[in-house]
Amino acid sequence: MVREKIVMKRSNIWPWIYIAPALLILAFFLVYPIINTFYLSFLDKGSESFIGLSNYIFAFTKKPMLIAFRNNLLWLIVFTVFTVSLGLILAVLFDRVRYESVVKSIIFLPMAISFVGAGVIWKFVYTYRPAGTPQIGFLNAVLSKFPNFEPIGWLVNKLTNNFALIFVGIWIWVGFCMVILSAAYKGIPKELLEAARIDGANELQVFRRIIIPMMKPTIAVVATTMVINVLKVFDIVYVMTNGQFDTEVIANRMYKEMFQFHNFGRASAIAVILLLVIIPVMIINVRRFREQEALR
Amino acid sequence: MNRRITNLFSRVLLHVVIIFIAFAWLMPTLGLLVSSIRNRNDVLSSGWWTVFRHLLDFEQYTLENYTEVITASGMGRAFLNSLIVTIPSTIIVIIIAAFAAYAFARMEFRGRHVLFVVVVGLLVVPIQMTLIPILRIYNGLGLAGTFYGIWLAHTAYGLPFAIFLLRNFFGALPKDIFESAFLDGASHHTAFFRLALPLSVPALASLAIFQFLWVWNDLLVALIYLGGTEKVSPLTLRLSSLVNSLGQNWQLLTAAAFISMILPLVLFFSLQRYFVRGILAGSIKG
Repeated sequence: MVREKIVMKRSNIWPWIYIAPALLILAFFLVYPIINTFYLSFLDKGSESFIGLSNYIFAFTKKPMLIAFRNNLLWLIVFTVFTVSLGLILAVLFDRVRYESVVKSIIFLPMAISFVGAGVIWKFVYTYRPAGTPQIGFLNAVLSKFPNFEPIGWLVNKLTNNFALIFVGIWIWVGFCMVILSAAYKGIPKELLEAARIDGANELQVFRRIIIPMMKPTIAVVATTMVINVLKVFDIVYVMTNGQFDTEVIANRMYKEMFQFHNFGRASAIAVILLLVIIPVMIINVRRFREQEALR
Repeated sequence: MNRRITNLFSRVLLHVVIIFIAFAWLMPTLGLLVSSIRNRNDVLSSGWWTVFRHLLDFEQYTLENYTEVITASGMGRAFLNSLIVTIPSTIIVIIIAAFAAYAFARMEFRGRHVLFVVVVGLLVVPIQMTLIPILRIYNGLGLAGTFYGIWLAHTAYGLPFAIFLLRNFFGALPKDIFESAFLDGASHHTAFFRLALPLSVPALASLAIFQFLWVWNDLLVALIYLGGTEKVSPLTLRLSSLVNSLGQNWQLLTAAAFISMILPLVLFFSLQRYFVRGILAGSIKG
């Protein structure tokens, strides 16, 4: 009887009708293009003849590409470290005040704004006027209050521009990290923290010895999400500097190869490299998903 | 006594730090809003914060920047285009994902597990991997530069997350209600339309907000498949080209940027709860 029921369910066509539209779209728009892009990355500019690994050799040896890799690495480290740690600190601090929901909304607000909009907002903040004229950019105006400060062209100066762009990313994403980490923080039993305090632990010890270890799984999830975001970063750079003054990142380089130079081989190779960097994250995700399923 | 003073001191410090951070985070957006209602000469000759010196002097405010960018710079048309792009892209994804998610969560079929693992894998694939092949197909079919093309593309890019989110939600609904429905002779269709969907309204709302904001705020997909013609450009695309063409006309640029932000901000403030819930549910994926 039970066996019969299972057999009957298996031969049923309805599950396939339910998932068919989704599968068709995913196959056509994601799976096929991924395979095709792999193939194109071994062909020349116009995808006409096979040129082996030339596109990859280009990608790993030419200066503009190396600058893009360096910048992505800089983004990866600075952006990930700051969003996650600031998100964690804010989640813990805000938990202690009564106006928590208001300040949380303020930090979270940039998440609703497009990267293009944020780009305009911050381009204005970073605006630079020669010394002696009134500064209309907020950052230079504030710093001009200090004696001997020379206004800085934040987006032009090669020492500051990458950090200026990365900070825009941080401004947008800290709210996301804070929301998730805050939910996890509120899940820690308060008696545990109280017990530690009664035993004489100071706040820093409570934070380092209890809060961080207990939140490790969530911190890992948030950090991987940030890593994926940072590898795909495109809009902020496109709007604010368009990759000038050594600010290019991988995704922008790919766009330029595709639309400015019409070199589809190189553009494909860059996309493949991007995917290869993300694959470890993909494996981690699938593994984590399997573990969660096993627990159900 | 000493301890009480340190305690008081650290309380005060806590508030100072928090309020400082909140102000720092709000300041850039506030500057944008204020600048967008100031005259050209004022914006270019003094910082936006100087309006606070004589806040109630209404002579210094103007809405002219808005009229100008809406008509002359095409932000009005772009707003309409953004709606045309975003609304169908949101609805189609939810419908297709809901059916697939129900099948993955509640139906039995061969390959169910493997296929879902593929969906989880696709969650993080950079869309850069898909741009060239799809653009070529679109060029062949005449879909490049059309709304049909971008609806399909956004549907595809939103699907893995949508299926993942809804499948987890459907899967977490109590088993008993489905079992008793099936015992009473309900089919899967009835269970889907009468049980799963009505019980998942909060999840569907979160997903709708997410997809809406994602598509509304997207630049790359529009840049590739729609191109820069003013007839079809959504807000992000229009704004990014204004950044180049308007240069230092900050009074116009800030007004244009604010127009692109207004709808997301309204959604954000009115539906923040669903937004947060969606983030928490989706974050399990990492």
